[in-house]
Amino acid sequence: MASPTGPIEVEQPPARPEPAGAAPAVAARGLRRDYGERVALRGVGFELERGATLAVIGPNGAGKTTLLRVLATLLRPTAGELRVLGCELPREAWRARGRLGYLGHAPLLYRDLTVAENLRLAARLHRLAGAEARIEALLAQAGLAERAHELVRNLSAGLAQRAAACRAVLHEPELLLLDEPLAHLDPEAAARLEPLIGAGGGRTRVVVSHDPEAALGEADRVLALTASGTVAYEGPAAGLSPGDARAIYAATGGGGA
Amino acid sequence: MDAFRAILGKDLRVELRTLESVPAMLLFAVATFVLFRYGLDRTSLAGGLAAGVLLATILFAAVLGIGRLFVAERDDGGFDAIRLAPVDPTALWAAKAAALVIYLAVLEALALPLFAIFFLDGAAALPPLAGVLLLADAGLAATGATVSAMAARSRARDLLVPLVLLPLLVPVMIAAAGAAEPLLAAGGPSYSGVGKWLAVLGLYDLTFIAVGWAVFDFLVED
Repeated sequence: MASPTGPIEVEQPPARPEPAGAAPAVAARGLRRDYGERVALRGVGFELERGATLAVIGPNGAGKTTLLRVLATLLRPTAGELRVLGCELPREAWRARGRLGYLGHAPLLYRDLTVAENLRLAARLHRLAGAEARIEALLAQAGLAERAHELVRNLSAGLAQRAAACRAVLHEPELLLLDEPLAHLDPEAAARLEPLIGAGGGRTRVVVSHDPEAALGEADRVLALTASGTVAYEGPAAGLSPGDARAIYAATGGGGA
Repeated sequence: MDAFRAILGKDLRVELRTLESVPAMLLFAVATFVLFRYGLDRTSLAGGLAAGVLLATILFAAVLGIGRLFVAERDDGGFDAIRLAPVDPTALWAAKAAALVIYLAVLEALALPLFAIFFLDGAAALPPLAGVLLLADAGLAATGATVSAMAARSRARDLLVPLVLLPLLVPVMIAAAGAAEPLLAAGGPSYSGVGKWLAVLGLYDLTFIAVGWAVFDFLVED
């Protein structure tokens, strides 16, 4: 393991065999995003194969949420090349929308609608047929069946997060974009959501986390961003020890090594 | 079309549940009628003055509803939720404009009889007035939904809506008052010259529906 402040070199695992011609789910090169004078992302590049999980780690203000919102087509990159699910962003954002599931800090649920009403609205916007059975199954899995007819404004943050997870996966997206998905959740709730947003089932996921060790545990690749929005480390997670994870996080300026 | 119906249904359901817009608009209209009644010290109005009082009241009441049109989208993340779905964002604009037309129609259905009680000698002018107001509502809604979406993402949104909206609505005020004036004439409704003003209102409606349709994507995209 190299010094945490220098380039980090990790022994590369054998490459995973990919189907011939399979395009990566996400391919970013030289990605940059500015907010006025402030640069949030600077020259970010990575590839994520289908069925794999990318853990994005870094300190506060490193641009993790910005990166997720760019991938979700909610923000336009200022510069760089980005393809998500084969669609060139931002030009073909309309083609990617509906194939992405986004679970961010805000639940994206209307507070004056009930949980079930919110999911029915999302189902109609995504043109889902037979949505009622899917909604019931998701609510049961998330432990929200009894709260389906409660207004979202009356739910705790944890329950709202569970409902938001149901919304994010309702349309069975090809790519899940998760921003600290377990925030506000107790261990039981986290376990309930695992089948919905976890790494199982060959889902392609980008997961933002503040906990490098936990993030590595379920990731195939790691992208570590520094406080200035540059890449401190981008590579496979296999072979990284918890000590490596802490060193990578320290290299981002997040401390902890 | 399904997205339009889904969003409109959501808005009407939320309004029925929270009663945040239409009751406030109605209370504002009633309070304004009372102020005009005692401020002008008149129990009966006719012609241009009556048209001005009615239309200024409706227009300012509409500003209250327009300011709240996108509050849920801004506060609850509705803009993001709709942009993540495979729908044309213009459906959101159309649904908001349609919701505003419905709010205004409900307001006018209640406010017009009150206006007649406060200021008119009879109710003969009310049916044709309702037609004029409906045409004005379409313009108010098209312009209001566009300006409200633009202001929703600004920190100065409470200032932006009236500052940007009211100058844009001057043609609606002029045309609707021009059409309403003969309908509210002292001797009873007259239809002389009404058609010309209705044509102006219709042209305004078409223009601002086209403008809203064309620019809304740019207002909601990053």
